[in-house]
Amino acid sequence: MLQDKIQDVFNEPGCATNQAKSAKEKKKGCTKSLKPGAAAGGCAYDGAMIVLQPIADAAHLVHGPIACLGNSWDNRGSQSSGPQLYRTGFTTDLSELDVIGGGEKKLYRAIKEIVQQYDPPAVFVYQTCVPAMTGDDIAAVCRFASEKLGKPVIPVDAPGFVGSKNLGNKLAGEALLEHVIGTVEPEYTTPTDVCIIGEYNLAGELWLVKPLLDEIGIRLLSCISGDGRYKEVAQAHRARVTMMVCSQALVNVGRKMQERYGIPYFEGSFYGVSDMSDTLRTMARMLVERGADKSLIDRAEGVIAREESRVWRRLEPYKPRFDGKRVLLFTGGVKSWSMVSALEGAGLTILGTSTKKSTKEDKERIKKMKGEEFHQWDDLKPRDIYRMLADHQADIMMSGGRSQFISLKAKVPWLDINQERHHAYAGYDGIVNLCEEIDKTLSNPIWRQVRQPAPWESGPSSTLLAAE
Amino acid sequence: MSHIQRFPSAAKAATTNPLKMSQPLGAALAYLGIDRCLPLFHGSQGCTAFGLVLLVRHFREAIPLQTTAMDQVSTILGGYDNLEQAIRTIVERNKPAMIGVATTGVTETKGEDMGGQYTLFRQRNPDMADTALVFANTPDFAGGFEDGFAAAVTAMVERLVEPSPVRIPTQVNVLAGSHLSPGDVEELRDIIEGFGLSPIMLPDLSLSMAGRQPTDFTATSLGGVTVEQIRAMGASAATIVVGEHMRVAGNALELKTDVPSHFFSRLTGLEASDKLVRLLMELSGKPAPARLRRQREALVDAMLDGHFFFSRKRIAVALEPDLLYAVTGFLADMGAEVIAAVSPTQSPVLERLKAATIMVGDHSDLETLARDADLIVSNSHGRQGAARIGVALHRMGLPMFDRLGAGLRVQVGYRGTRELLCDIGNLFLAREMDHEGRGHGDAHGCGGGSCGCNAV
Repeated sequence: MLQDKIQDVFNEPGCATNQAKSAKEKKKGCTKSLKPGAAAGGCAYDGAMIVLQPIADAAHLVHGPIACLGNSWDNRGSQSSGPQLYRTGFTTDLSELDVIGGGEKKLYRAIKEIVQQYDPPAVFVYQTCVPAMTGDDIAAVCRFASEKLGKPVIPVDAPGFVGSKNLGNKLAGEALLEHVIGTVEPEYTTPTDVCIIGEYNLAGELWLVKPLLDEIGIRLLSCISGDGRYKEVAQAHRARVTMMVCSQALVNVGRKMQERYGIPYFEGSFYGVSDMSDTLRTMARMLVERGADKSLIDRAEGVIAREESRVWRRLEPYKPRFDGKRVLLFTGGVKSWSMVSALEGAGLTILGTSTKKSTKEDKERIKKMKGEEFHQWDDLKPRDIYRMLADHQADIMMSGGRSQFISLKAKVPWLDINQERHHAYAGYDGIVNLCEEIDKTLSNPIWRQVRQPAPWESGPSSTLLAAE
Repeated sequence: MSHIQRFPSAAKAATTNPLKMSQPLGAALAYLGIDRCLPLFHGSQGCTAFGLVLLVRHFREAIPLQTTAMDQVSTILGGYDNLEQAIRTIVERNKPAMIGVATTGVTETKGEDMGGQYTLFRQRNPDMADTALVFANTPDFAGGFEDGFAAAVTAMVERLVEPSPVRIPTQVNVLAGSHLSPGDVEELRDIIEGFGLSPIMLPDLSLSMAGRQPTDFTATSLGGVTVEQIRAMGASAATIVVGEHMRVAGNALELKTDVPSHFFSRLTGLEASDKLVRLLMELSGKPAPARLRRQREALVDAMLDGHFFFSRKRIAVALEPDLLYAVTGFLADMGAEVIAAVSPTQSPVLERLKAATIMVGDHSDLETLARDADLIVSNSHGRQGAARIGVALHRMGLPMFDRLGAGLRVQVGYRGTRELLCDIGNLFLAREMDHEGRGHGDAHGCGGGSCGCNAV
């Protein structure tokens, strides 16, 4: 039952926040009840789609009225090196009649049409609010369709109203654990097979990391789910080590894979020079602990040494240009500290960071790195951010697309560091990309011009310029 | 015009690459054209998040949009409490002039009684009497974007407009349909003001969505028609209704106020623009301003210069019904053949379309129908299919997330028609110029030198 699954996900022992709670608090689960009229962010269906859609050769079918897919398809930048079927939007587009009479038959026909027309290795079916209310049993339809059509048809039971995007991430993970992972055996395995969880290959970021793994001799058996293939995800249980990239989102998958198949997992990040090196180091060490050849560690150290010296050399030109420039960083989770070290390395001054989506450990880590004086904002209102920027307290803001207009309307440079960005910032090359993007926007001549008063505004323009 | 095919819309179970967007999104856009308004979706928070992202990507503007954040329990027990709490929170935090509520699939499946909830809210919250409150029923599982826009405009007319004992002879109402971009609304205002008339646009996206630089952060829409102006629409001399989907709102306005309405199914094209100008001359008793006369002359000239490239071109169009009607009508005016017109939803306007094939469908249907077309006209979602079949795409409608200035495009009136003509004509012209280097053989269809190539 969905309710049990949600409770199970809330009870996640792999979650540090959860472990710090009393038994009574744990039972309540970790969804904050949302405040009507003051809530923002996606729903559980959104979160499930984010996790699974990068599986590029599968068909993703949304069972619901048009809003759920019609308003949202074609809007995420996960890239695929091959199949493109994941970019096709499929929905049952439920009508009034389906709401009254039930949509199960239509769902089955839709699955059948997709299988006949596209022959994908699997179909993921997403439950949404309306059919969940009218009682469509998508699990039963998927089971039936799977038998009839001879294809894996996977129900993803994450209707929007059960909770937030984050809960949806975890429910998608549950769907993988229940129906996908462990259902296919790889043709061969190696002692250096790894599985990466919570990396979505946005703007092709995985491709900045994978060549380094190849060079060290680490085989990426399965990435969940960036540039994913159904078969690769299904054989993830044969990995020797799992890396959790975004631990908040899918820790249940990493933990349960450890439980079921004895695969140890670690949390790592591809953002920032030192984090990137730590990740490669840890991965190599853990593989060796599990029986891989010891030379793996030396090869990893070799690559790390070369890449680090290369990246610092490439960042050198930015240092004088970044001198005295102050950054407002608005991101969450792991990025809130891993980005800090990367940017400071390039000579920027970080004024503060948001910690809304960060764990207790994330926050401690920032405190340790930056001292008590460093600003950490749990919930800064848009109006206050606008004030800070308008008063020239910062030279650039880095955040996700939703808050870009706070910065742009205050006529302050802004850089997208979330999922809609067009540039890849992961790995050593990614840090250089990031600095290049920061430099590009900071040095653009428009900033001086757009701050000029209009000809009909009072006061000579020279005073305003002098104030800068 | 050749035989018209009509495919039943329910032939397929799986909608593939949807053209359709949901009703609440249309309602949100209508509400965004009201000054200091905060649209509110009565549904789960994802309904709001998806709609918000789509509008942000299209307009490249901050989009105020809130949610009643329905969860499992409130969905089953009923959403009144969430609705009341949401409105109270919004009023306390953001003090908007108006809150525009749109229901969603979640609240419509439960069957919330919005009329009753409005009355209940007003009884229980007399302290909030100053905030205008408009509720529209916009289920996700029926109709589409245009229907939601129409429902919100109709709801605003019914809730806010008051009959007036006086008539202001120079005041004109404009019910501006969802197929008008902020740029179109601005153009329309310009044309009307050119006759010495003062238009009240409902909604007025030109003031809120055409690029604002506020001096402080604002959580509501900034600019647009004010609630007071909407209330005063009853004192106007006439109402100009633009778009088939505005007809119900137009009738409601006329019924309530006795202001006579004039209906325009489209404002793109020479004859359509002439019709508007003729009406404005009548209403104002003034001749057309010189600027407009020059624009008409320029459009006629552009039609003469450009018709070579449109004649017999095979074009497939997939857009919201009223925009579909305006564009296919214009293309037919220019001598092009609309081989396929795909609409996301049913609409009476489809009956009057001039196209070889008309169907209610999605982008995958368009892809099938456009295989041997010279051009596809559709929104940005059309780019994947157009690339697959190797047909050029002219982007129109919403969403248009891969082009700058999507909301500012002008395609109404003489000037807007001329711009549309040049944009599409240039795509054909560019293709013909590509023939250079291959010699001017039979393939060159420029009509003898009209492309500037001197081939005779």
